[in-house]
Amino acid sequence: MSRRAAPPRPAASAADLSFRAILAVIGGFYVVGLAGLLLADLAYLATTGGAPAAPLAALQPAWNAAHALAGVFADPNIRHSFALTIVSCLVTTVLSLVVAVPLGYLLSRSRFPGRGLVDAILDIPIVLPPLVLGISLLILFQFWPFRLASRQIVFQVPAVILAQFTVSAAFAARIMRVGFDQIDTRQEQVALTLGCTQARAFWSVLLPQAVPSIVTAATIAWARALGEFGPLLVFAGATRMKTEVLSTTVFLELSIGNLRNAVAVSVLMVAAALAVLLIARSSGGGMPEATGFGGRRAAR
Amino acid sequence: MIAVNGLSVRSGDFELRDLTLEVPPGRYAVLMGRTGSGKSTLLEALCGLRPVHAGSIVLGGRDVTRLPPAHRGVGYVPQDRALFSHMTVRRQLEFALAVRGRAAIAARRVAELTDLLDLGPLLDRLPAGLSGGEAQRVALGRALAAEPAVLLLDEPLSALDDESWASACDVLARVQQTTRVTVLHVTHRHEETRRLADVAIELHAGRLTATIPPPPPPRSSQEALPR
Repeated sequence: MSRRAAPPRPAASAADLSFRAILAVIGGFYVVGLAGLLLADLAYLATTGGAPAAPLAALQPAWNAAHALAGVFADPNIRHSFALTIVSCLVTTVLSLVVAVPLGYLLSRSRFPGRGLVDAILDIPIVLPPLVLGISLLILFQFWPFRLASRQIVFQVPAVILAQFTVSAAFAARIMRVGFDQIDTRQEQVALTLGCTQARAFWSVLLPQAVPSIVTAATIAWARALGEFGPLLVFAGATRMKTEVLSTTVFLELSIGNLRNAVAVSVLMVAAALAVLLIARSSGGGMPEATGFGGRRAAR
Repeated sequence: MIAVNGLSVRSGDFELRDLTLEVPPGRYAVLMGRTGSGKSTLLEALCGLRPVHAGSIVLGGRDVTRLPPAHRGVGYVPQDRALFSHMTVRRQLEFALAVRGRAAIAARRVAELTDLLDLGPLLDRLPAGLSGGEAQRVALGRALAAEPAVLLLDEPLSALDDESWASACDVLARVQQTTRVTVLHVTHRHEETRRLADVAIELHAGRLTATIPPPPPPRSSQEALPR
């Protein structure tokens, strides 16, 4: 079948073109700056020495960068940090979804006393300064019943996950709430008339349609967990081979003056974040309108 | 049959008060009214999707006023059809039987509905690819799958062009004559009343008025309907 040619668009006027050009210049500064951040990291690794001579002189910059990245994996501290980061981010992502899906559903579909308060409390991890959140976690575990588990959690691996989860779950819950808001309630109502309980309508009708939001929530939860630093430092510490994750590795490497390792680990974190983002986008998620953090959607 | 007695329903600031109507078993009733007159609110109350503040609803001979939607024995087609966007047409038709634990008869029932509504070529398609008329037939099939006593249609023909509208009217008439289900069809088009209605009722300023009264009941009850 031959493809029909698209009809010619009406020519844009000079005023329209200059309007778009102004917008592009303003927005472009930011986008170019963001891309520059990543390129600068790579350029730094490519231009700093320390690597043996490459087989081809032209490949020396790439050889330098690869040597720097391989170098961080030679360090057992950083290998441990990398493994803990991947595991803790995965656990945090799963836990965040376990909490975010029910919370998002209740906030989207139910009217109950204190709903506004619950909504406001969910903003706390989003708006609170990260260090304050860490201190608050530390203080919380001074009190019963949290105190009972304090020795097993505070400054231990579970503290890493708890600190990540506290922030990630709030973001995931916001995304799930907006995601459920965007799905018309009518299909669930029809399901009720067809014989469903509310639970069956949720599982059979609503949840399958919320998969893109779930993927988005998981992506954001993962990214937040990966980037978590302040609360981790205060609540879990930065003990090598114990509670160190990649964000704390960057801090520790910087603090001992090893900028090359700090940049190499940063590049690894960027790669990990991009990989998850790409997987999410290819499986139907992404960063849709479902990021109305703290926003209030009009009732339909 | 559909019997509503002294029904009051509130929806925000809007309120329907003291409505009474009766549709005899196996009849096709058309409820007319302007946009915003409360037709859809009344239909949702019959489905159990809106709380009733006073009065009673009897569907198929059972008082369902306090029953959840799942136990009212209604088939409901909302104005936007609300087809399950992630399910094929076949799964939509099987859905009501699957959730009621009657999956064993689903294949036979799907075949019956496919014949009745001419759904054969559509069975493995998703709603996103269906035309307005096709979506309307699928929604009708999904609502009829569990053989409800009452079929509630909320402006089922509103989004159709003239040609599709005429054939959809024929489908509705054929379905009602074949299944003998009691139908309450909400619309704001008089033409649908002329074409389909055994019983016509108008909802105006919160009151129901019969424009085509129901035929007299076979026995002695002389209740004037609607009051």
